[in-house]
Amino acid sequence: MRLDSGGTLAPVEIAYETYGTLDADRSNAILICHALTGDQHVASVHPRTGKPGWWTRMVGEGKPIDPARHFIVCANVLGSCMGSSGPASVDPATGKPWAMSFPVLTIRDMVRAQALLLDHLGVATLSIVGGSMGGMQALSWAATYPERVRACVVIASTARHTAQNIAFHEVGRQAIMADPKWRGGDYYGADEPPAAGLAVARMAAHITYLSEAGLTEKFGRRLQGRDAKSFGFDADFQVESYLRHQGIAFVDRFDANSYLYITRAMDYFDLGEEHGGLAQAFRGIATRFCLVSFDTDWLYPTAESRAIVHALNAVGAPTSFVELRSPYGHDAFLLESPELNRVVNGFLSAAA
Amino acid sequence: MSLRPDLAVIAAHVATGARVLDVGCGDGELMAALRDGKGVDARGLEIDAGNVAAAVGRGLSVVQGDADTDLAGYPAASFDYAILSQTLQTARAPDQVLDQLLRIGTRAFVSFPNFAHWRVRLSLLWGGRMPVTPLLPERWYDTPNIHHLTIDDFRAFLRERRIAVEGAWFLSGGKATSSAAANFRAEHAVFLLRR
Repeated sequence: MRLDSGGTLAPVEIAYETYGTLDADRSNAILICHALTGDQHVASVHPRTGKPGWWTRMVGEGKPIDPARHFIVCANVLGSCMGSSGPASVDPATGKPWAMSFPVLTIRDMVRAQALLLDHLGVATLSIVGGSMGGMQALSWAATYPERVRACVVIASTARHTAQNIAFHEVGRQAIMADPKWRGGDYYGADEPPAAGLAVARMAAHITYLSEAGLTEKFGRRLQGRDAKSFGFDADFQVESYLRHQGIAFVDRFDANSYLYITRAMDYFDLGEEHGGLAQAFRGIATRFCLVSFDTDWLYPTAESRAIVHALNAVGAPTSFVELRSPYGHDAFLLESPELNRVVNGFLSAAA
Repeated sequence: MSLRPDLAVIAAHVATGARVLDVGCGDGELMAALRDGKGVDARGLEIDAGNVAAAVGRGLSVVQGDADTDLAGYPAASFDYAILSQTLQTARAPDQVLDQLLRIGTRAFVSFPNFAHWRVRLSLLWGGRMPVTPLLPERWYDTPNIHHLTIDDFRAFLRERRIAVEGAWFLSGGKATSSAAANFRAEHAVFLLRR
């Protein structure tokens, strides 16, 4: 397939899961788009971690997205490492992993690959639901294939990466590349991935997914397994121990080069720039939109959702938007939120 | 389901199949009635997140936002009707909100509680207290109503701004009241305006 960079990628492999069945008039398909480090296991046990699917609060029996009613598709994004083509995949030309010779991707490239998958599954029109980077894909879907997208749910997301968003990602990338085990991306043969760098990248990113109030509530200044400060550099504080654990757990399930490629795709994302203005991206569109932000999300704050809403209002697109309250910051969209479920359920259940 | 009296007046006079923006739409009661009864393409703006969630839960397109700040993004003449029911008196700049309504909508429905209703007058005259009535149930410190107005105030305002009145309805206890005695007898008023 052709890529936004001007290059091409072949072959294209997409790992995906489906739940439920496509009904006779092919009108019940929902594509769920995952976030940066997510995968296709939206409601099934993760094969590496053994943990339940990442969005079982939203997807499942009796949930807003329900296999009994919907034909649910969730695909691992292009560039990732859970079975879809990415830097860890083998380049057929060399017989070795692509590593850094894998082409740089965009969010729209990921979306084009998903569209090929849906063609393959016989799905012409569909609803799209995504949070965070998944929301970027949902927006890109609507702008790229407006005639295919009936309804679009964009949660805790943005139409463009800001300087601050790019800055945090760059810290993560530099942490990976500063790890001597990264070896210019050529670490696959050695079985010694740049785990320390990737863990630091995850730690930095993880802070952006939480709120100060959430961290204070969960950890405060409490010490970890000790009564007094060590006057050293062990993980004295619970929050340090927690972040270290998050970093270590992450390297067991994620490829460092994939992290570089996907964060790059997010940084390149600016839907308005692609279309000569954000409203232009949606001109003439009949898709119904639903946007949700969380009041403590400082990664993609409400103002970003509101900018999308203003663009959609400017072109008369049927749009709903609500800012929900949560103490948990950006990660709130993955946590228990009856209000979120109520909004998504109502929106998806409404007749088009 | 029976609509609040001022909403029933508005619902009765919106044309079938019209495009409507309901500013301060609450949980979408009027929008749902217009959609279901008249095939209206209704959009809403509402400040309260719980109300927005309820409206979206009914399948309505409602955006959480503030009439004072979020109307500017809507294109001119993009709706047949812009509706502002029982919200004018809560706006920080009601005159500017009305300007926006008449910019966005070809016509505008505006309903508001009449602060010159006799019960309100009595409360202030004899009681010496800010009125608390069934229609104005909040006390002075917790009321969202920050710009109290009367029907005669509004009429004068419309004359000043040269805004045309295409219809006016005056309600007391859900019943219609004559235009002449409206400023004394009507609990609330509904105006249909055109720039």
